[in-house]
Amino acid sequence: MSVGISRRDFLKGAGALMVSFGGVATLETIALGQGPFATHMSHIDPSKLDSWIAVGEDGLVTAYTGKCDFGQGMYTAQTQLVAEELCVALERVRLMQCDTSVTPDQGTTSGSQSTPTNFNDGGLAQSAATAREALLEIASRRFNVPTDQLNVVNGLITAKDGTRVTYGELIRGKHFKLTVNPTAKRIAVREWTVLGKPIPSLDIQELVTGQFEFVHNVRLPGMLHGRVVRPPAVGATLVSIDERSVEDMPGLVKVVVRRNFVGVVAEKQVQAEQAASKLRVNWSKGGGNLPAQRLFYEYMREQPSRDVLAVDSGDVNEKLGAAVWQLRATYQHPYQAHGSIGASCAVADVQDHKATIWSPTQSVYPTRSGVAQLLGLPADNVRVIFVRGSGCYGLNGADTVSYDAALLSQGVRKPVRVQLTRQDEMAWGENYGAACVIDQRAGLDEKGSIMAWDCETWSVSLGGRPGYEHPGNVITGSLVGFEPQTISPQAASQPTGELRNGSNIVPSYVVGCIGGKCGGAGKVRSERVLAHTVKSPFFTGPLRSPLRLQNTFAHECFMDELSAHVKADPVAYRLQHLNETRLMDVVKAAAKGASWEERPSPKSARLRRGVTSGRGIACVAYEGDNGYVALVAEVEVDQASGRVQPKRFVVAQDCGPISNPAGMRNQIEGGVLQGMSRALGEEITWDQNKITSTSWRSYHSLPLGMELPTIESVLINRSETRALGAGETAITVVAAAIANAIFDATGARVRQLPLVPARVKAALEARS
Amino acid sequence: MSTVTLKVNGHIHTVQVDPETPLLYVLGDELALRGPKFGCGLGQCGACTVLMNGDAVRSCITPVSAVNTAEIVTLEGIGTAAKPHAIQQAFIDEEAAQCGFCLSGVILSAKALLDRNPNATERDVRNALSGVLCRCFAHTRMFAAIRRYAKLRHA
Repeated sequence: MSVGISRRDFLKGAGALMVSFGGVATLETIALGQGPFATHMSHIDPSKLDSWIAVGEDGLVTAYTGKCDFGQGMYTAQTQLVAEELCVALERVRLMQCDTSVTPDQGTTSGSQSTPTNFNDGGLAQSAATAREALLEIASRRFNVPTDQLNVVNGLITAKDGTRVTYGELIRGKHFKLTVNPTAKRIAVREWTVLGKPIPSLDIQELVTGQFEFVHNVRLPGMLHGRVVRPPAVGATLVSIDERSVEDMPGLVKVVVRRNFVGVVAEKQVQAEQAASKLRVNWSKGGGNLPAQRLFYEYMREQPSRDVLAVDSGDVNEKLGAAVWQLRATYQHPYQAHGSIGASCAVADVQDHKATIWSPTQSVYPTRSGVAQLLGLPADNVRVIFVRGSGCYGLNGADTVSYDAALLSQGVRKPVRVQLTRQDEMAWGENYGAACVIDQRAGLDEKGSIMAWDCETWSVSLGGRPGYEHPGNVITGSLVGFEPQTISPQAASQPTGELRNGSNIVPSYVVGCIGGKCGGAGKVRSERVLAHTVKSPFFTGPLRSPLRLQNTFAHECFMDELSAHVKADPVAYRLQHLNETRLMDVVKAAAKGASWEERPSPKSARLRRGVTSGRGIACVAYEGDNGYVALVAEVEVDQASGRVQPKRFVVAQDCGPISNPAGMRNQIEGGVLQGMSRALGEEITWDQNKITSTSWRSYHSLPLGMELPTIESVLINRSETRALGAGETAITVVAAAIANAIFDATGARVRQLPLVPARVKAALEARS
Repeated sequence: MSTVTLKVNGHIHTVQVDPETPLLYVLGDELALRGPKFGCGLGQCGACTVLMNGDAVRSCITPVSAVNTAEIVTLEGIGTAAKPHAIQQAFIDEEAAQCGFCLSGVILSAKALLDRNPNATERDVRNALSGVLCRCFAHTRMFAAIRRYAKLRHA
């Protein structure tokens, strides 16, 4: 496929279309009307039905989505959604994902937002419902009977007298200009026949037989291979390059340099690798001044910060002073990696006036915009086609490698495939999940109830998602000279508006009141949450449950400390302070599923040596209102070594109406084990010059051969509520539940992640 | 450049390559196979795994010159979407994949072990998979699929 393709051409193969393309311009016509660095106004108008749905003369349905599948199951769930709303069989639906030439701009596929966006009252769901109603109306006119007397099954409309017509027959030869109808009626959950069913992932046969095309498998005629050469130290800049060092390298096509971006292009991969390692590059020293890792949490506190006051009842200090008990604790969370199993890869074909990028990005339109800025092309002359990479879990190297491929292809005017090395990916490819340090204070009254909660957090930021305007937010963009966004110090002002708890910075147990409106999930009225963001020495970005996981670790461990202090059962103590029914229900369901024994932690009859076991709970209203989860972890702790072995996880989750329970279970199970790996061993490391966790020997991911805990999922299906996200809910509570279980088993509280044996052992030795 | 002859998935192929080229690149670039993937290039994750005379090997650190007459089988060589191998069918039945990038390592490492030793214990399987990563952490289902296949081998 070339970039010159128009949407009309692209769709011709699908047969006659439900609606005309009168409103949709081709890429070429739009490109004429816009200057460089076009804004993100998509040429595909989301208000037009044909931007989302086309029904062919053969009755086949093609649907277009801006939310793509990285292995989280969105392809299957969205196909189910279209089949359900259009009343056609699953096999009749073909879903096109994330391609700037053919799909509407739905921003980024992230943050458990795909289900809320496309399964409620907009996007794909509303479009499919509009199409069904439109088809029924056409049939109604043809048969001269009201639509409510028509029945539709598998794309066949039947009137009471037995007259029948298929979608294909209705559409034949006609074009209809329709807009998405915001009041088109959705199929009620109780009538679902395709959605809500445990449909296995539609791509699994191709995956397990090695036939699925990943971006790593894209091969174009005449395609060359690129490798990048990154700086040796953070902050190092390019001084000079000795091209003679590679002049004899077989197959080398070109050394491409743009400011601090260096790469090589060769005919074969191995030649590109050899050239990249032989190329003599003179870099400025850089580095040398990275803050010491062992003092980093203190360093964060000392930096100029941008401050946000999320809630402030104004009386926290007074209430803490009046409290019978005042408790405080500090929690620390390291930088962590997305650590995608495949080092990132992309393919670019940049010609004189246009470019096509085959990219594993979560954000095709923003990537189009970024690539356009890098290449000096109008955005509409750039086409970004999503092709799945390995699971990303956030901002891995996908965007940066797409830029790498674009730059190298522009350098040689031929298609170039770029494969990052493992070291590139881990040191110079991805944007890390942020380190955090979180101080908690609470005051308890004479009955042991919480009367005030004060939370102060520090996290780090540099770059992030590039969006439409900031290609410098990822490494390659910054190497060519675009500035990354970073924080400008600013004092906090009093909170206004409504509580938005998107980062779960506000604990679940406070009322969350701003100007008299209370959006929190809890009952504690005296509350203050102050967040500081400081500049990060490393690029940061969203990693599965960004900040929500870090904050929840601190909140849920502290809640456990409070309940232990008053010798309350951790489940009962949580319920006592919660007000949000849906959160309380998952807590109860998880406790029930785990046969939770009501008693305080730590358990009373515990051994001081040898292997001991315990249980812990944690819960969260993900992003405040985008999913509810509680998790009971049961662990064993080897007190001689400090090694922690989770044995059992019981998860209760409520994400509204469940589109696909099989997919949801898969997300829960994967999220829980990924959370366990991150809690027990994952940490980015560095020395004074550079990142040192650059392989699977220095960044520790639990392998397939690990001892597996059992995972039991309790799904709470709420058919009458909005559809919520399910990708990041479970992982958010794992670290806290494990740390709470360690405390229950041993009486030792570990407040810093990861829970490596040495750290657990130190906490065990510090027990009184 | 030299001429290398390889037997891959039952077919003989002759390619002109630098003999130091990792087998993975020959499979992907010269033979257009999609099963083995580049994960780390260091032999640490398993994504590039192929069977060489029935043994699971890491094709990213195996120079093509080291293959000689050995028979190479990739993930697509053991079965197809229409007719999956029994271990692939077990993965389908257990829905044991998320992104699926790691599957060559998981499936072929387990297959190599269980085909050699149908009586392999759970511990043997864990050992065989101790250097195989799945970052989506579909571990539970993958192990269930492997158990399912082990039962078939054992029966």
